[in-house]
Amino acid sequence: MSGSWTGKVRRATLEKYKPEDLLPEEQPAYVASWIYIFGVATIAALVMLIASGLVLTLQGPSWWHTSSVGHYVNSVHLWSVELFFIFMVVHLWGKFWMAAWRGRRMATWITGVIAFVASIITAFTGYLIQTNFDSQWIASEAKDGFNSIGVGAFFNALNTGQAILLHVSLLPLALGVIVVWHIILVRKKGVVPPIDNDATIEGGWK
Amino acid sequence: MQLALINLNHPAHYISFGPFAISVGNLIVILSMMAIFILALFLPFPHSQSGKKLKK
Repeated sequence: MSGSWTGKVRRATLEKYKPEDLLPEEQPAYVASWIYIFGVATIAALVMLIASGLVLTLQGPSWWHTSSVGHYVNSVHLWSVELFFIFMVVHLWGKFWMAAWRGRRMATWITGVIAFVASIITAFTGYLIQTNFDSQWIASEAKDGFNSIGVGAFFNALNTGQAILLHVSLLPLALGVIVVWHIILVRKKGVVPPIDNDATIEGGWK
Repeated sequence: MQLALINLNHPAHYISFGPFAISVGNLIVILSMMAIFILALFLPFPHSQSGKKLKK
């Protein structure tokens, strides 16, 4: 067995994150319920969001404001956001009422919370870069809000360039990392069983 | 420009209850989420052959 750091990292990773856990072929019987589909529905909406966002980024505001295809892709981005948040909130409700942090799944719950907050911040910066009267009005109102809580020196909502960079690079990157982490944890720990299932006792409340 | 199926080019309609106010659009979204949540709990899920394993 090699003592190189690459070998050590590989063995430690495979020991902690087993391929059969990360890419399972079967799921527990209790997963056969509609309430369990909203996590993956959220991811599907996120994929549509990123895909339509990439097209909007490549073509630019003059395209999405004036052309028919631009209007269409802009609408796909909007409705993907609507579905993304609807699915995510229903997923949140479902996981809250089944106490999904049971069985040492606290990190899964917390990464989900962080993903939710990061999504809201990303959506807010999206409002700012529509480049229309709506975004101007929202930016001027948000500027007053930020100034009133004393953070205006750090974030200026009227700075469209800053909002664009946050919306298309930094925040999606952070959200992507946290979502991947969340999914890996779900795979590693398995889908949380129903509360009255005996399997929950084994993991304990942690 | 293509005409939309529903004309959204007007100020939002609001419903007010004393000091509380909510736009009809936001109210529809919230009620839809509640309806989806309740349906997801009670609608039968089509069972497949792969849903037999019960692991910890």
